[in-house]
Amino acid sequence: MIHEKIHTENMFLHYGSKLALNDISIQIPEKKVTAFIGPSGCGKSTFLRSLNRMNDLIDGVKIEGKILIDGINIYDNNIDVVTLRKKVGMVFQKSNPFAKSIYENVAYGPRINGVKDKKQLDEIVETALQNAAIWTEVKDRLGDSAMGLSGGQQQRLCIARTLAVNPEIVLMDEPASALDPLSTSKIEELIVQLKEKYTIVIVTHNMQQAARISDLTAFFYLGELIEFDKTKKIFTNPDKKQTEDYITGRFG
Amino acid sequence: MIKSFKRNIKGILIEGMTLSAALLIIAIVVVMVTVIVIGGKDQISWEFLTSFPEDGMTKGGIFPAIYGTALLVIIMSVAAVPFGTITAIYLTEYAKENSIIAKTIRFAVRTLAVIPSIIYGLFGLGFFIKFVGTNVDNTFLGGHLKWGQPNILWASLTMALLTLPVVIVSVEEALKTVPRDLRAASLALGATKWQTIWKVVIPGSISGIMTGTILAVSRGAGEVAPILFTGVAYYVATLPTSFSDQFMVLGYHIYVMTTQSANVDKTMPIQFGTTLVLLALTFILNISAIILRYRIRKKKTD
Repeated sequence: MIHEKIHTENMFLHYGSKLALNDISIQIPEKKVTAFIGPSGCGKSTFLRSLNRMNDLIDGVKIEGKILIDGINIYDNNIDVVTLRKKVGMVFQKSNPFAKSIYENVAYGPRINGVKDKKQLDEIVETALQNAAIWTEVKDRLGDSAMGLSGGQQQRLCIARTLAVNPEIVLMDEPASALDPLSTSKIEELIVQLKEKYTIVIVTHNMQQAARISDLTAFFYLGELIEFDKTKKIFTNPDKKQTEDYITGRFG
Repeated sequence: MIKSFKRNIKGILIEGMTLSAALLIIAIVVVMVTVIVIGGKDQISWEFLTSFPEDGMTKGGIFPAIYGTALLVIIMSVAAVPFGTITAIYLTEYAKENSIIAKTIRFAVRTLAVIPSIIYGLFGLGFFIKFVGTNVDNTFLGGHLKWGQPNILWASLTMALLTLPVVIVSVEEALKTVPRDLRAASLALGATKWQTIWKVVIPGSISGIMTGTILAVSRGAGEVAPILFTGVAYYVATLPTSFSDQFMVLGYHIYVMTTQSANVDKTMPIQFGTTLVLLALTFILNISAIILRYRIRKKKTD
């Protein structure tokens, strides 16, 4: 039996008066890659951002229902959002490195967590950069500005920055949508490697990408979770007609 | 299809009029700067800049006025920049865009910006000297007059109030150039809001904070009205060494030289020299602010 990492039950999200997510119940397993697919505006990114409470930053968002991570409801009053976000890291659509050096970007998370020892920081930075498959490209210029890296490198640096905090879950919001095919394939390879240590949840517009890298796929449409199953099943023999129409490109 | 001569001449006249109006602006600047530079350039010397006035202020230098101006803007900045920056941080990072409190603060800032500077002077006199100063004297010094009279501290604080809107608006503009994405990245790494502001937002807008400071300093260096009642002196024989001392200032020195001097003709070169120094000072400050602001705008569009 696979351990379930994220579990939502009858979760609703209102954005002002608009219902953006309607009764989402899903169990996401540990150390697998789970992909969210669906047309633009279907709620998949909104749902992803609910999992580390980044929606808290947006005015007018109201959430009902349960979102459990390791059995704990992350919307309980006694939950510390800061601790939650250390455990549930996030990689954004557009790479967003800080205007600091490569080293300082990765060291940012550990530093705010109180790691001061230079040697320990060096180790964390190196490990994170290795895990994000960018170490060999940057190891001789850790002091250079991160803004000088290519788009694909910047995105892998952002992944390294997320890993340096030592999260258990990594949420990725269309991490390769702004990248060229070569950089995209590097990111995809990386994601597959990462699932050995981390639970990965990825939102993607690219159905081939979901088919290539994910173990499970969830199809969202108009704020509802239409179907959630093994990726192979979703792409070859989905239960619902809407899913089939979407993956065969009849709409979306 | 023959051109109407009448319409043509009208067009030329209108263009000519608008152009002359525009050229007049250039002429004013050129005349003003030329007159000041020609009149003042021979006066500028190391000695003029570093010595005290002599012979009833008809000879000698303007060092106390330069020193006083510098001290004034430093104390003013120390008060206005942190206070203004904190206000700007509240407005951009904490307050909700359309909340009543944010709107009220913005309204207050805009109002402060248009209040005539002489009224700041009166406010400084009434609030800092008569209210705060006198009460301090009565409470802690047994009525001995020390803080209840004009001095450099009260003058600087009054000036700080005047320049506060400049600082707030510049810093706010700079804070807004830091992309939302970077704030999100920091928060997603488990940083608190304050850590995000301190380590990402402020470093990213430091040049804007500097622009605000420079603009405030340049405004403060040129203003006289707010310090008229609150601390500036006609002449002091020693440099200010304490917050409770009075001081001299370039702008006021020009006024004194041209209107209060026993022999205006004799002091004419000093007037020109002082004016040139003040003009150069504000000019340099403004140019640096413009350069910094240009860099920020460039960063914003990148």
